[in-house]
Amino acid sequence: MGLVLTEEEKMISEMAEGFFADKAPVKQLRELRDNRDETGFDRGLWAEMAEMGFAGVLIDEDHGGSNMGFMEAGLIAEQMGRNLTASPFVSTAILAATALNKGGSAEQKKEWLPKIAGGETIMALALEEGRKHNPAATNMSAERSGNGFKLNGQKGMVMDGHVADQLIVVARTSGEAGDMDGLTLFLVDPKTKGIATERTQMVDSRNSARIEFEDVEVNADAVLGEVDNGAAVLKAIVNAGKAAIAAELLGTGGEAFRQTTDYIRERKQFGVEIGSFQALQHRSAHLYSELEICRSAVLMALTSMDMDAAGSEMPVAMAKAKLGSVSKLAGLEGVQMHGGVGMTDEYDIGLYLKRIRVAQELFGDANYQMEQIASMKGY
Amino acid sequence: MSDLDAFRQEVRTWLDENCPQEMRTPMKGFEDACWGGRNYKFASQAQEDWLRAMAEKGWTVPTWPKEYGGGGLSKAEAKVLASEMKRIKARSPLSSFGIWMLGPALLKFGNEAQKMEHLPPIARGEIRWCQGYSEPGAGSDLAALATKCEDKGDHFLVNGQKVWTSYADKADWIFCLVRTDFEATKHNGISFVLFDMETPGVEAKPIKLISGRSPFCETFFEDVRVEKHNLVGELNKGWTIAKYLLTHEREMIGDIGGNRPISEIVAGSVGLDDNKKLADPMLRAKVAETEVDEWAYMLTLTRKLAEAKAGASLGADSSMLKYYGTELNKRRYELMMDAAGHDGLEWEGERSNDGDLARMWLRTKGNSIEGGTSEVQLNIISKHILRMPGA
Ligand SMILES: Cc1cc2nc3c(=O)[nH]c(=O)nc-3n(C[C@H](O)[C@H](O)[C@H](O)COP(=O)(O)OP(=O)(O)OC[C@H]3O[C@@H](n4cnc5c(N)ncnc54)[C@H](O)[C@@H]3O)c2cc1C
Ligand SMILES: Cc1cc2nc3c(=O)[nH]c(=O)nc-3n(C[C@H](O)[C@H](O)[C@H](O)COP(=O)(O)OP(=O)(O)OC[C@H]3O[C@@H](n4cnc5c(N)ncnc54)[C@H](O)[C@@H]3O)c2cc1C
Repeated sequence: MGLVLTEEEKMISEMAEGFFADKAPVKQLRELRDNRDETGFDRGLWAEMAEMGFAGVLIDEDHGGSNMGFMEAGLIAEQMGRNLTASPFVSTAILAATALNKGGSAEQKKEWLPKIAGGETIMALALEEGRKHNPAATNMSAERSGNGFKLNGQKGMVMDGHVADQLIVVARTSGEAGDMDGLTLFLVDPKTKGIATERTQMVDSRNSARIEFEDVEVNADAVLGEVDNGAAVLKAIVNAGKAAIAAELLGTGGEAFRQTTDYIRERKQFGVEIGSFQALQHRSAHLYSELEICRSAVLMALTSMDMDAAGSEMPVAMAKAKLGSVSKLAGLEGVQMHGGVGMTDEYDIGLYLKRIRVAQELFGDANYQMEQIASMKGY
Repeated sequence: MSDLDAFRQEVRTWLDENCPQEMRTPMKGFEDACWGGRNYKFASQAQEDWLRAMAEKGWTVPTWPKEYGGGGLSKAEAKVLASEMKRIKARSPLSSFGIWMLGPALLKFGNEAQKMEHLPPIARGEIRWCQGYSEPGAGSDLAALATKCEDKGDHFLVNGQKVWTSYADKADWIFCLVRTDFEATKHNGISFVLFDMETPGVEAKPIKLISGRSPFCETFFEDVRVEKHNLVGELNKGWTIAKYLLTHEREMIGDIGGNRPISEIVAGSVGLDDNKKLADPMLRAKVAETEVDEWAYMLTLTRKLAEAKAGASLGADSSMLKYYGTELNKRRYELMMDAAGHDGLEWEGERSNDGDLARMWLRTKGNSIEGGTSEVQLNIISKHILRMPGA
C-alpha cells in the first residue's frame, strides 16, 4: 500500500536524516550564499551522496546505480528539504536519470547513467521559457540542418544550469507553441558554440540559470528519444520532478512547522509561553493536520511512481498541489508566529519561506496542478 | 463657485506650477521615497524641490496648524489636496515617522514649547524620527518594557535596549518609551521621552532582514542624558500617549492606497488565453477577490475617517483597519509573486531591479508584525469592540 514505510524504507529515511543533518545542514546553505560560492553546492557533498547511492537512486545496477526506487528518492528529498540542502539531486539524479531511463538509447544510457550514478556528471533540464511552467508553450526551435539540428531560443529557470556538464534541451521540431506534439529532447554540451549561460541569483540562494541558444549545431545522435515525439518522455521527466519536489516540500514545510512550534513553546510574553495562547495553538494544530494530509499525499504519489509511473500523473499532481499550498502556509505562519525575529536573516525560518516560494513554483504551482487535475478528471 | 471649488482651482494651478514632472511618476521601490533629516541625501534635485515647495505651503502636513508648520487646512480641503495630487500622480513629498506617529501625539499631549520645537522641523523634513518602543522582552507585551530612566535631579539618565527600531541608524531623534517607576503596575510606570540620537551613549546596530536589507536596528542606551523638558506629558503617564500614537501608526500601516490596481499588474505578467482572459483561471479568481476586498477596504478607511470627529483618532477601529489592511497587502504581494512566476524569484541583477519584487514581498511579511501583530489587533478587537468575556 505504501502508506506505511517498510522497515527497509524507514532505514533509508533515517540514514538520510542523519546524513543531511550532519553533512549539509542549513548552515551550509548560508555559507554557500555568504561566500557567493560559484558552484552553488558543495561538490564534496555530491561525491558523498553518490557513494551513498543517492545519485543513482533511480538508476539500475547494470548502469552503476543503487536502484533504490522512487519512494526512497522521495525520502531522501524530504530530508534535503528539511535541511535546505543544496545539491544537484533533483536536476541530475531525478530529472536527468528519468530522461535517460525513459528516452535514452542503449548507447546514451551506457554513456551517461553510470556517470550520473557516480556523481561525475551533472545534468540540467532546459525546459521553461516563460514566467510559469508551461511545456506546451515551448517555442525554442530545432531546425534540421546538415545531418543534425540547429537550436535557437532561450530558456530560464534551469536548475544547476550554470554548472551542468550536459543539458537536456526541450525544443520544437514541428507544430507551434501550444502543442505538446512536435517537441524533441536533445542532449547538448553546454560548451557548444552559440550557447550563453547566465547564472541567476535566486531568492532561495539555490542554483538557476538562463541560457540562450543561437544557431547551436548538434548532431542527429544528440536526440534523446524520438523526434517530434518528445512529449511522452518530457511528461515522465516533469512528473518525476513534481513528485521529488513534493517530497522535498514535505520536509521543508514540516521543518518550518517544527521550528515554529519549538519557538512558541519557549518564547514568553505576558509572563507566559506564547504557545499557551489558543490563537496560536489552533493554527499550529491546523497545520499539523494539513501536514499529516500532505504526508499521505506524498507517500501515495511516491508509491504510484514506483508501481506505475504512467498512471501516477494524477496522484503526483495532487500531491504537488497540496504541498504547494500547505508548505506555503507553513512558511507564512512560521514567520508570523516568530514575530520580529521571523523577519531577521539570523533566524532560519525566513530561509524556509524563501525556498518554499521557489519550490512550489517548480513544475507548476498549486493553481496549475489543480487545473491539470480538473482537466484529467474531465470537468 | 463654492469655496471648495475655488480652493480646488487654486491647488490645481499651484501643483501644475510646482510639482516637478519627475515627481509625477510612480516610485520604483521604497528607496524612492523621501525621508528627509539632517544627513539626508536627496535622490534628485526634483525630489528636493518638491519637498521644499510643499513644506513652504505647509502641505507636507496639510491639517496641522500653520504655527507648527502645517497648512491649516480643513478636513475637506485636505481631501481636495489629496485628490488633486492623486490626479496628477504626484508622489508624497515626505515619508516620516514624525508626521505619521509623533506629530499627532505631540499635538495632543505636548506642551507649547515642545510643539514649537519639534513640529516645524518635522513638517519641513529637517529632523527624522525613529520609534523606540519594542525591546527583546517586550514585543506584543509592550507594557513589559524595562529600559530604565532615572531622575537625576536636573536631568534623566536612560539605560537599556530597544530592538527592531526602524531606521535608528538614519534617524536624528527618537521618541522612546522608558520605565520611570519599577514599583508600580506595569502600565503605570512608563514615561514618554524624546532625545537626540547623537547624545553620547546611544548606539544603533543594523539588523539584517530576510529581504537582505537592513532598515532596522538594535538600539542601545548607556547612561544617556535626557533633559527634563523632553518628557512628554506627565511622568509615569506615558502609556496613554504610547497607545494613542499606536492608533495613528496603525492607520498609517493599514493604508495601502495609491497602489496600482492588482489586475493591471497581474494581467501584464501571466499573459492571456485565447478568450483574452488571464491564462490562469484560479489566479484570475483570486485577483478579482482581492480587488473586491481592496475596493471595500479603501471605502471603509474613508468611511471610518469621515465618521471620526476632526482630529480624533479611530480608537480600537484602527486595529480592525490595521489587521485587515496588512493582511490584504500580504495577499496582494503573494498574488504578484504568483503572477511573476519564475521571473519574480530573481534576487539580483538589472532585469529584476535587484529582486525588487521578491524583496518587497518579503518586506510585506513584516506588515502584520510591526505596529502590533495581527494577533494583537484581533485581541484588541475582541476586547474593546466585541467586549468578549475574559478578553
Ligand atoms: C451532531 C452532534 C452530535 C453529538 N453527539 C454527542 C455524543 O454522542 N456524545 C456526547 O457526549 N456529546 C455529543 N455532542 C455534544 C458535543 O460534544 C458538544 O456539543 C461539544 O462538545 C460542544 O459543547 P457545547 O455544545 O457545550 O458548546 P460549547 O462548549 O459552549 O461551545 C460553543 C462554541 O465555542 C467553541 N469553544 C468551546 N470551548 C472552546 C475552547 N476552549 N476554545 C475555543 N473554542 C471553544 C466551540 O467550538 C463552539 O463553537 C454532539 C453534538 C453534536 C452537534
Ligand atoms: C518591519 C518591522 C518594523 C518594526 N519597526 C519598529 C520600530 O520602528 N520601533 C519599534 O519599537 N518596534 C518596531 N517593530 C517591532 C514590532 O512592534 C514587534 O515586532 C511586534 O510588536 C511583535 O513583538 P515581538 O517581535 O516581540 O513578537 P512576540 O510578541 O514575541 O510575538 C510572537 C508571536 O506571538 C504572538 N502573540 C504574542 N502575544 C499574543 C497573544 N496575547 N495572543 C495571541 N498571539 C500572541 C504574536 O502575534 C506573534 O505571532 C518592528 C517590527 C517589524 C517586523
